[in-house]
Amino acid sequence: MHFLDFEKPIAELEGKIAELRHLSDSDGMNIAEEVSRLQAKVERDLSSTYSKLTPWQKTLVARHPDRPHAVDYIKALVEDFAPLAGDRLYGEDAAVVGGLGRIKGRSVMVIGLEKGRDTETRIKHNFGMARPEGYRKARRLMNLADKFGIPIITFVDTAGAYPGVGAEERGQAEAIARCIQTCLDVRVPLICVIIGEGGSGGAIALATGNVVLMLEHSIYSVISPEGCASILWRDGEQSKTAAEALKLTAQDLERLGVIDGIIHEPTGGAHRSPEAAVSAVRDAIETQLSQLVKIDAGQLRARRRDKFANMGRNALV
Amino acid sequence: MNWLTNFVRPKIQKLVRPKEVPDNLWHQCPKCSEMIFHRELEKNLRVCVHCGHHLRMPVRARLRMLFDNEAWTEIEQPTVAIDPLRFKDRKRYSERLKDAQAKTGLKDGVVVAHGTMGGINAVAAVFEFDFMGGSMGVAVGEALIAAAELACLQESPLIVLPSSGGARMQEGILSLMQMARTTVAVDRVRDKGLPYIVVLTDPTTGGVTASFAMLGDVALAEPGAIIGFAGARVIEQTIREKLPEGFQRSEYLMEHGMVDMVVHRHELRAKLIQLIGLLMHKNPSADVVNLAPSARRRKPEPDRAAAPPDPTVPDMTFDDR
Ligand SMILES: [Zn+2]
Repeated sequence: MHFLDFEKPIAELEGKIAELRHLSDSDGMNIAEEVSRLQAKVERDLSSTYSKLTPWQKTLVARHPDRPHAVDYIKALVEDFAPLAGDRLYGEDAAVVGGLGRIKGRSVMVIGLEKGRDTETRIKHNFGMARPEGYRKARRLMNLADKFGIPIITFVDTAGAYPGVGAEERGQAEAIARCIQTCLDVRVPLICVIIGEGGSGGAIALATGNVVLMLEHSIYSVISPEGCASILWRDGEQSKTAAEALKLTAQDLERLGVIDGIIHEPTGGAHRSPEAAVSAVRDAIETQLSQLVKIDAGQLRARRRDKFANMGRNALV
Repeated sequence: MNWLTNFVRPKIQKLVRPKEVPDNLWHQCPKCSEMIFHRELEKNLRVCVHCGHHLRMPVRARLRMLFDNEAWTEIEQPTVAIDPLRFKDRKRYSERLKDAQAKTGLKDGVVVAHGTMGGINAVAAVFEFDFMGGSMGVAVGEALIAAAELACLQESPLIVLPSSGGARMQEGILSLMQMARTTVAVDRVRDKGLPYIVVLTDPTTGGVTASFAMLGDVALAEPGAIIGFAGARVIEQTIREKLPEGFQRSEYLMEHGMVDMVVHRHELRAKLIQLIGLLMHKNPSADVVNLAPSARRRKPEPDRAAAPPDPTVPDMTFDDR
């Protein structure tokens, strides 16, 4: 288990518990009591720590290597999955995973930004940083879903679109712009879930949906706290301050009216109990889906467009 | 050498130096470093008379150059009331806004105007780079929505000239949302079957490029403009090698299929009129089309009054009483 800095006290307690368990063969009763006392304390500490995470701590949790990723959600939530590949223009970009499948018997198109879990898969998925091919593949899958009246679900988890020479040459900006346009264009339900990091343009390309949900400790921002700190504070060390100022937490975004709901995470974050996180996401998607499929196709599109056409308008006079 | 040059002259130098190249009289070309007389530069639509470099253009100069008879009507725009995030970096966002407003005389970074071009009604949304780097916040999104609505109402083409570093970080996630918002705006124009033309000017980067700016029915670019998604420095740090020659410049983008044409500023108005005429099945009135000032492209006559001062030699004519 990978522990974050602010989880160190909890890690120590858990270390103690493990030690005691090791001893428990020799002196049964007392140790069992002590273990359950310590475990209760771990629970208490976790829940108090996680109920008041700072924006910067949330940033670290959102990027936690053990946090469930797009492929984990797809594997757990989607039955009868048929992965689809390629943009039919240039190549296949594994930073974007997707395909057809079923949720509760209903056909769905799922599309996710996948970071990868170990060296090999991280390289394969380019650390979740999509190139133009990835966004064009996402568009292709959305248009395919639209053609057959299949609802779309996206899982967003990326530091941002890949900044490379080839990506620029092949039209990264155009690919993202068209991807947003397609999100706004489809006449099927589009549910977007920010599961970890919602990094700027690379994220909104797949997050312009009828319903945008965020996991409790995920983040969604116009720029990374590190990037913002180095530009506005001219000091990369100011990331914590920038994280505060950017208002990038799920709670902030709900208050700002940018997202439609928050999915609660298990105590200690999704990385502690991935199954519980997956199950919470399943419930949220099923609830939203059962509502959205009742709305007629034209309305789905019109409401989605109206929602985004008004985004931020209440800040104006 | 006498006492004047040794003693008084340095003092005068000190007095005169800051006024040596007054902003309103002389400009230095950022590309060839030659000095250009202010009036000459304006007459030449802010294209360097020495090397042809296209300097950035204030929004009103742009509008003057676009519309027939240099006449247009601007539409009233709302502005950001309170900064929505109460954002403060080394300076408060509310103060930055006030400073930008004072500096430019604008409420925010985009002006929306309508008028005729070649006798055809047209709506233009033009970015002011001097307003916080042309960055896109809620007010900029609002301007583009308004421009699109006006174009739909007047059944006019929409022409957008971005000049922007991207999203306005001080508005956080709300600035990111403007990418979706401005896409809705251009979709409304598209749904009406009206032309949407983008003129990419220096610079067009970040979230602006990755939304409405890359969605034009026709995409024009001014020569030498920086156009891209990620910043060159970020890319260099990522790939750890030098970037190719001309990377992210208009001409490079055209080579890679991302823009239709690179158009010299002197031909821009005529090109836009030609395109909207073709797309709208209309014949532009010929008399106003021929405004492209071929005369403006000539190299200026050597002119004593307009000769740039030698910045190494202090000009004593003003203070020598
Ligand atoms: Zn020059």
